Amino acid sequence: MDLRKIGDNVWEIPKQGDMRVPAVIYSSARLLEDIRRDMTLTQARNVACLPGIERMSYVMPDAHQGYGFPIGGVAAFDLDSGIISPGGVGYDINCGVRLLKTDYTETDVAGKRKELLAEIFKEVPAGVGKGGVTKLSRGVLKEILVKGAEWAVENGYGRKEDLERTEEYGRMKDAAADAISDRAMERGLPQLGTLGSGNHFLEIQKVHEIYDEDAARAFGIRAAGQVLVMIHCGSRGFGHQVATDYIELMENAFGVKGLPDRELVHAPFKSPQGQQYYRSMCAAVNYAFANRQMIAHWVRDVFARVLGTSKGMDQVYDVCHNVAKVETHEAGGRSRRLVVHRKGATRSFGPGRSEIPECYRSVGQPVIIPGSMGTASFILAGTKEAEDLSFSSTAHGAGRVMSRHEAVRRFRGERIRDDLARKGIELRATNWKGVAEEAAEAYKDVDEVVRVSHEVGLGRLVAKVVPIGVMKG
Amino acid sequence: MDKYRILPHTADGKFQAYGRTLEEAFGNAALATASLMWDWSKVEPRAHHFVHLKGIDREQLLVKFLGETIYLFETQRFLLAKVDGLRIRPEFEGFSLEALLGGDTISDRYELYGEVKAVTYNDLKIEECDGFTVQVVVDM
Repeated sequence: MDLRKIGDNVWEIPKQGDMRVPAVIYSSARLLEDIRRDMTLTQARNVACLPGIERMSYVMPDAHQGYGFPIGGVAAFDLDSGIISPGGVGYDINCGVRLLKTDYTETDVAGKRKELLAEIFKEVPAGVGKGGVTKLSRGVLKEILVKGAEWAVENGYGRKEDLERTEEYGRMKDAAADAISDRAMERGLPQLGTLGSGNHFLEIQKVHEIYDEDAARAFGIRAAGQVLVMIHCGSRGFGHQVATDYIELMENAFGVKGLPDRELVHAPFKSPQGQQYYRSMCAAVNYAFANRQMIAHWVRDVFARVLGTSKGMDQVYDVCHNVAKVETHEAGGRSRRLVVHRKGATRSFGPGRSEIPECYRSVGQPVIIPGSMGTASFILAGTKEAEDLSFSSTAHGAGRVMSRHEAVRRFRGERIRDDLARKGIELRATNWKGVAEEAAEAYKDVDEVVRVSHEVGLGRLVAKVVPIGVMKG
Repeated sequence: MDKYRILPHTADGKFQAYGRTLEEAFGNAALATASLMWDWSKVEPRAHHFVHLKGIDREQLLVKFLGETIYLFETQRFLLAKVDGLRIRPEFEGFSLEALLGGDTISDRYELYGEVKAVTYNDLKIEECDGFTVQVVVDM
């Protein structure tokens, strides 16, 4: 494939064939070696062929192949002539990350670390086939789909201040429950308030290093050793079913002929099918916001019980990694409303954007990039440059390089637990095979991913955090 | 002949399932999907679910059929152990499928070790050559 280097850590696939726009890849030469090994670039090129695409088809530094769109793919479409695609969002709608700060230091929790993790493990349902403790009626689930984290706060899960520190204030206003299938409702009912499995985790972390004092202060991050909690999960079976339902609905309505990949099936954004998917996807986003809101509440409860108080456990932010949103961006020389698809990418709004809460408006939104299980994670700040570079988007994590099958063949979960213990990291897991699948060696180097992000200007490095306790679903 | 073979895939689960007939390959694909979550060979078929579905083509039919395994697991706590009486018929538009799924309810007797989120069309293939081979990637 014709791939040209057009700047430091910036590569381009020029417009060719059916491409309506070029594709731009933000990557170091080293990360590009992994990216080139799978279908990522072909998928980025396919995205560039979709109707109504604006500017470029973008690829983030942690990209790897997905279905239809690559993971780490960002594309924006005109509201009138453009499309919306379930494959541009992914199956785990609003898979995302929430970060809580604490007023505790590593020393404060040193003797209680095991107990904290054990209690969280008891409190937060996790693992394959594990249902939630909350029994919901369909009526209540519908309310949750419309109100998101707001519903959770109204029902005693967490604090009102958490909402403004959540993307979209914890509620996508365009959500509607009227076009949700019975199957999605059935899958959603038993799973609210669960962490899930796979790459989802909950970590007790400590600040390792601060790179940007001003932004860190605004985010409530004060010094190395400060204890934080990171929660990584999504919309569970509910979101998976919404994606599955709408891929089928769009196939039946528009056919599959001419698609280079069936997972690229799409509908005009303003068509009935496009609008139904968009509003149902927003409902799944809200489900995930409520899910993380409840889990955060239980984590605070455990801290209060074990350490005496959860005062100071403010939410830093909650970000979506898989979503499509209508946002205002510059395209074609003017400011326009576009539907931005971020699949395995984080929104990275810089200073001044009205969508981010006032407390962060001078520094940019917090961008939370989790590493693989047991390795470092990073906190970045959104930048103004990212608007022009990537419709205000950056990476979302480390990105896999090794199959689960291969990881299970090479690593043992119990061995990983012992290795982490030697590094001072406590691990609790629902099954050891799942731990082996998530071995750090199966992932890209997250340090390199955030370095590229910082150097290109997609997100500014603020702090590096490392785990001291890991709960794996 | 093997029922199926799990293939390497960077982020997710990929397999090929085989059969002398399309029906047999579909049934083995359901077992392959289950094998990514639990050991179906250790599950006693004490409960049954009848499934009947339609698809615009064989690919959609396969995606929907495998999706049943996930749906029944998440909503009925049903662990698939075997597929009986699978029949595929051409319809006026597309195909229909019916099958009887045998299995058991989740309990401490069974170990669960993976979660399939969704069945995808990515790299999906249905091929006829000395029997049938279907290839599927599932999101995990």
